Amino acid sequence: MIDNISWLAIYPEILLLVMACVITLVDLGVSSPRRTGTFVLTMLTLAVVAVLQGVYASSGNTFYGFGNMVVSDAMGNWLKCFATLAMMVTLVYGRPYAGDRGMLRGGELFTLGMFSLLGMFIMIGGNNFLVIYLGLELLTLSSYALVALRRDNATASEAAMKYFVLGAMASGFLLYGLSMLYGATGSLDIGEVFKAVNSGQIRHQVLVFGLVFVVAGLAFKLGAVPFHMWVPDVYHGAPTVVTLMIGGAPKLAAFAIVMRLLVDGLLPLAIDWQQMLAVLAVGSLLVGNLAAIAQTNLKRMLAYSTISQMGFVLLGLMSGVVHGHVDAATVEAAYSASMFYVVTYVLTTLAAFGVILLLTREGFESEEISDMAGLNQRSPLYAGILALCLFSMAGIPPMVGFYAKLSVLQALLASGQTPYIVMAVFAVLMSLVGAFYYLRVVKVMYFDAPLTTTTISAPLDVRMVLTLNGALLLVLGLFPGGLMSLCADAIMRSLSS
Amino acid sequence: MGLLSLAIWTPIAFGVLLLAFGRDKHAGAVRWLALVGALAGFAVTLPLYDGFKLGTAAMQFVEKTPWIEGFNIFYHLGVDGISFWFVPLTAFITVIVVIASWESITVRVNQYMGAFLILSGLMIGVFAALDGMLFYVFFEATLIPMYLIIGIWGGPNKIYAAFKFFLYTLLGSLLMLIALIYLYNQSAGSFDIATWHALPLDGRTQTLLFFAFLAAFAVKVPMWPVHTWLPDVHVEAPTGGSAVLAAIMLKLGAYGFLRFSLPIAPDASREWAWLMIALSLIAVIYVGLVAMVQKDMKKLVAYSSVAHMGFVTLGFFVFNDLGVSGGIVQMIAHGFVSAAMFLSIGVLYDRMHSREIADYGGVVNTMPNFAAFALLFTMANCGLPGTAGFVGEWMVILAAVKANFWIGLAAASALIWGAAYSLWMFKRVYLGPVGNSNVKALLDISSREFFVLAMLAFAVLYMGLYPRPFTDVMDASVAELLKHVALSKLN
Repeated sequence: MIDNISWLAIYPEILLLVMACVITLVDLGVSSPRRTGTFVLTMLTLAVVAVLQGVYASSGNTFYGFGNMVVSDAMGNWLKCFATLAMMVTLVYGRPYAGDRGMLRGGELFTLGMFSLLGMFIMIGGNNFLVIYLGLELLTLSSYALVALRRDNATASEAAMKYFVLGAMASGFLLYGLSMLYGATGSLDIGEVFKAVNSGQIRHQVLVFGLVFVVAGLAFKLGAVPFHMWVPDVYHGAPTVVTLMIGGAPKLAAFAIVMRLLVDGLLPLAIDWQQMLAVLAVGSLLVGNLAAIAQTNLKRMLAYSTISQMGFVLLGLMSGVVHGHVDAATVEAAYSASMFYVVTYVLTTLAAFGVILLLTREGFESEEISDMAGLNQRSPLYAGILALCLFSMAGIPPMVGFYAKLSVLQALLASGQTPYIVMAVFAVLMSLVGAFYYLRVVKVMYFDAPLTTTTISAPLDVRMVLTLNGALLLVLGLFPGGLMSLCADAIMRSLSS
Repeated sequence: MGLLSLAIWTPIAFGVLLLAFGRDKHAGAVRWLALVGALAGFAVTLPLYDGFKLGTAAMQFVEKTPWIEGFNIFYHLGVDGISFWFVPLTAFITVIVVIASWESITVRVNQYMGAFLILSGLMIGVFAALDGMLFYVFFEATLIPMYLIIGIWGGPNKIYAAFKFFLYTLLGSLLMLIALIYLYNQSAGSFDIATWHALPLDGRTQTLLFFAFLAAFAVKVPMWPVHTWLPDVHVEAPTGGSAVLAAIMLKLGAYGFLRFSLPIAPDASREWAWLMIALSLIAVIYVGLVAMVQKDMKKLVAYSSVAHMGFVTLGFFVFNDLGVSGGIVQMIAHGFVSAAMFLSIGVLYDRMHSREIADYGGVVNTMPNFAAFALLFTMANCGLPGTAGFVGEWMVILAAVKANFWIGLAAASALIWGAAYSLWMFKRVYLGPVGNSNVKALLDISSREFFVLAMLAFAVLYMGLYPRPFTDVMDASVAELLKHVALSKLN
């Protein structure tokens, strides 16, 4: 049954798909070396999509389309809106970099970026195992191609290969787990699965067996330990603009499918998956933070830092249900803490990679930590922006990253359970370790003498967006209330429907 | 906007403005702008003194607006007799530091001055915050400018010092963060410090909270045995950084004991008072002896700071009004005296680029005016009656004797150690024949340096001769605090 509501639920997706195809064709006629025409058209499209999603999101309504295959709710719409903005920012930062490296001979960067965004939209909006899986595949296939976009570059090709092999395995895990759940419950629809599991009629072993595979697949996509091996290699090997495309917006989609599968679908199994998430979280915090210390490459360090940040997201996700008892306030606090964490993480990552992209020149990748030496003397503004990012990731107030950690710690401590409190203490001790390696980069930027005095020049659009992005880290840190209640409201509306 | 908000945000606004000034092209203008900012920051704290009502323990100049509604966090400011004096003190020391760094800082002047002004506003925020999370945000945010000040303008081993400073203090405050969130949950969702004061807590919880707070504040004060970061950091920090660190930042920790540990966990505080007294006495005696054998002037003053802060914590944990008031007076006095000591060393360092005591000798012959100031500050440092250093120490010793004669005796012995290391250093640096040709070539202080030292000398003498304005302000609040601590919160 296809009705008006069904179409309404996926208008932004349709627009995105049509425009991605149109832009692919239009691009054939664009001849400027930086693909200005394609770029402007892409940005306009994304801007319209972002506004459209913002309008959907602020209405706060939930409706299902195509026989419950897709859902349009406040959480999903906000995540789509943020993902679109993140993709726009990524393209702005990445265009000069890509142009210098021959990645703009065709318009693939833009069209593949749009297709990967479409994949994220389908993941976020999917209310059915297969729809979510399709979205995930669209995203990852586009990402494989993006990583390999510099086909004459050996490290990039190696990273693409690694990403593809491990990614395919993870998709296999996820699909296998989903098929087990389908076999046990007899439905692919998340709402139906929830009802079936909640009835208590289904054999627990079968469900948990499927659950293990689903969690493993999700952990791979989030980059949690022990499924993290691809993260440093791909972050390091991929062209920096693509690293940002993989490390930025897709984390929002990964968060969304965790919510859809584990919370919307399998909340009655919370006791089981919480234990798994706890192990993943502790492992991620430990390995991510300790391994980051040893890195000399900034992209690799940020990759390990991402792993540890995902540990915090998982801590928030596991603290929603206490002893299998579902309490609306606790659930809302925990999941909105995670959502806030992911959103601020993406914002911070964008600015950090924005600065890295800006420092590269033709034929020079500025990705070693030592390349940042004396940045403060070369450009106080960009050094300041990167310092804001690093302090934010370290969770030092008044940067926004502090409030993200605060929300997650509060979600953990609110349970009053001793194991959760112990985990909170563990998490803060690990963030002390984290502070060390973030500070080391600040040290290189501020305390060391510059190795080169080349001036840093950037196009006006990059400069403006980057300054705005950096300022947001501080402004949201001084006034975090708005974004926090947005997340809380979105989670509440989505879960109550 | 209330007076306290002005006191916090005026220097921060000027600091941010300075950061926007770019490179060192306009260093002269930057210095003057920084001075205007520091003076404006000091000027807005003066009406506080006029408006402060004596004889009440209530919070004054209160401002309260919702800040983060999801967490029930308020932008809640106010001062009582305990915190009041630190607001003008911080602004005053900032003015001093800006003037004292006028010529000694020549690279990235705008960032240096900006960092100090921002730091000043943040520290005033710590003293004025009445919301637990607001306190924590200010408390932690002070680390960033100080880290940069030490790391950019510090001495040869500055990077080690900057990291040690940041990570040491962060470790303590992260445990405090857990304690704050725990209290938030215990009090049914409130970050209001006054609510926490009234919150009944069982003994085990109080003990855990007490030690979580201790981790944060003991490192900051610093108490023995977690004081080891302070000498390293002082030696490497630029003069202004040392002055602000010793004069104000150490007080953030001591203030935390009065605002958090004692009133929130009174039973645990009384139970563990023996430990706090023991640690304080070790700081006073043992660290005092350690100070004596230092070869580096800054290290000596740093150890002497640890010893003096030992008096502060000792005064707090003997639980009588003389002790607590004495501790607070000692905090203020040490603010003036330690700033003066570090600035005096800065005066010598600017000329000789050495802090080794052995490189000096007979400075009085070439710098008589300066030596006169140095003598006054040295005397204040060892607690000579008539100087600020005497009042607090004397009050604390009397309080300790009231509590237990032997504790009092041990504390009083510190006057001997203090005199020993201070005077011995003075003798080796200033007195005797001219030590070497470098000392012979020294020029006496400029009028700018004279002005800075004279202001501090005035403060030191004024407080030593007429401490009434200081003690009057704190009496009611201290009495109220002790009344609160005496009541058990166990239920």
